[in-house]
Amino acid sequence: MNIHQSALPVLIIAVPLITALILPVVALWKRGMAFPLALAALAFSFGGAIVAAREVVTHGPLRYSMGGWAPPWGIEYHIDHLAALMLLLLSFITLLVGIYSKKSILKELPEKEVPFYAVYLLLVSGLMGIVATADMFNLYVFLEITSLASYALISVGGGRAVVSAFRYVILGTVGAAFYLLSVSYLYGVTGTLNMEDLSSILPGLYQSDAVLVGFAFFVIGISIKMALFPMHAWLPGAYSDAPSAVSALIAATTTKVAAYVLVRVMFFVFEPRFAIEFIPVTTLLSWMGSVAMFLGSVMAIAQTDFKRMLAYSSIAQIGYIILGIGLANQAGFTGGLLHLVNHAFMKGCLFLVAGAIVYRTGLRRISDFRTLSGKMPWTVAIFIIAAFSMIGIPPTCGFFSKLYLIAGAIEAQQWVFVGVILFSSVLALAYFGNVIRYMYFPSEVAVGESGPEEEPTRDEAPLTMLIPMICLAVLIVLLGFFNGDVVSHFLVPALPESFTR
Amino acid sequence: MDFVIGHFNSVTYIILMMIGLYAMTGKTNLVKKLVGMNIFQWSIILFVVSLGAKRSATIPIVEGGHVEHLILQASRYVNPLPHVLMLTAIVVGVATTGVGLALLLRIYKRYGTLEEDEVLEKVRASGD
Repeated sequence: MNIHQSALPVLIIAVPLITALILPVVALWKRGMAFPLALAALAFSFGGAIVAAREVVTHGPLRYSMGGWAPPWGIEYHIDHLAALMLLLLSFITLLVGIYSKKSILKELPEKEVPFYAVYLLLVSGLMGIVATADMFNLYVFLEITSLASYALISVGGGRAVVSAFRYVILGTVGAAFYLLSVSYLYGVTGTLNMEDLSSILPGLYQSDAVLVGFAFFVIGISIKMALFPMHAWLPGAYSDAPSAVSALIAATTTKVAAYVLVRVMFFVFEPRFAIEFIPVTTLLSWMGSVAMFLGSVMAIAQTDFKRMLAYSSIAQIGYIILGIGLANQAGFTGGLLHLVNHAFMKGCLFLVAGAIVYRTGLRRISDFRTLSGKMPWTVAIFIIAAFSMIGIPPTCGFFSKLYLIAGAIEAQQWVFVGVILFSSVLALAYFGNVIRYMYFPSEVAVGESGPEEEPTRDEAPLTMLIPMICLAVLIVLLGFFNGDVVSHFLVPALPESFTR
Repeated sequence: MDFVIGHFNSVTYIILMMIGLYAMTGKTNLVKKLVGMNIFQWSIILFVVSLGAKRSATIPIVEGGHVEHLILQASRYVNPLPHVLMLTAIVVGVATTGVGLALLLRIYKRYGTLEEDEVLEKVRASGD
């Protein structure tokens, strides 16, 4: 079968979408079918993403025109190297979190698994649609599908989750509205919505005010969506109050996809020289990124709640990604995107660990983690691997993306950024070291606290939760060893032309 | 003044947008925040619809077949695409409002109030 003429790019997105709609109906007939059906759809997307990625690496980008309407009139789906990597990443993480969610949802949201999986699949198809589409307005629709699904998933977390979700609704809608405004300005000037068509028309219009306004609205809108400091207000509440599985899913995917959209529009719809020379957006972004790295890490140190600490650490990590993109040279760009991939795995893994701890012990406060290393040795070991990667200790993947970032900062002669990257890593050591201290050296921190130390009994997380976590932990190490392959197969072909010169 | 009249649609949407922004940031009542969010969205939709509006023009159907032999005067036809796009945006906006209202119901059931400061106070007091 010739993959280049098949509907594969659409099926990867359409199968979860259609399954999301038929799942509630099937569940009426047989309730137990909801989970296997959802898993089957996720597995199909993952399989499709593997096939698509292999095809893209060997034969070049895949294209598909919706309904047979040739672009620029119809909606086009375009999977290039970067999109193939993102699809692979998204479908793999959503599949793992899907497996993981079975037990945790049974416990946290009893009797609610049918609507949960329906909305989960909607979120997945929205995320992958954003990556695959080559149409600006179609991207807006997928952005809103993703946002609406994540509002719903966050709000069921119990406690103050509804309040956090409402705050996210307000801010997320403002972000999407700015994006819509930017698309309408660009459409008003160029009369097209297709990204490739836009990129051929726009260079002649760089002086136009409408294009400048449209671009500015785009950057602000998408910055809100990816919680770039100082537009991060929705993120800590949304990440820490959501159900465990949802935290892992959203932390690993939504902000990354927004960063991908930024790269795609800033460097491929516009040319890199527009964002670098016409208006110094890249410089501004890298400064905002470094402020986010610093303040996010400082705020993470101040947290006593484990999930909230991870959420603030996410704000810092978004800073790394944006700094790399903002450096706008080959090493920086590679580092930013590699960190995007790595961070999705690391933060996904860490939130899964947080969920497993809540599942078995109900503990969320870091200072209560004293008996954990005896109780859940595997979970704690996985946490250590992911935490080392967050700090940037070789051979985990986090080390290599930071290496690229530092190389990019040196190449750009920006010594401040080199300092910020290193200093923020030290801060990461501080907040993760604190957790490790409570987990492994309980006697040391417990000095002065009376009460008999009870001998912890072994009570490991169930296998369906443990296996996804182990997969991610192994992958964190493997990505460290094979980061060269990821870079040469996916990221180097994805570089904007002006960077390689 | 000429600028305002010449850019009537832009000025209108910016004023509406600012009203929405004020309601979202300045009001403590959560329903008013949601209404502000709606005004914000609709102002943009109104703007895009105004971009597509055109006087004394007709629907974009070419009469008489054989397009290649006709010289098309673009100014005589209305581009329907902005309106169609906004139809989708309206649907998205309605869905967002629905989710927002559902969340407000849940907040009211849990905390018994929709004033933001009172809700936050109760969140702190309950300690969850």
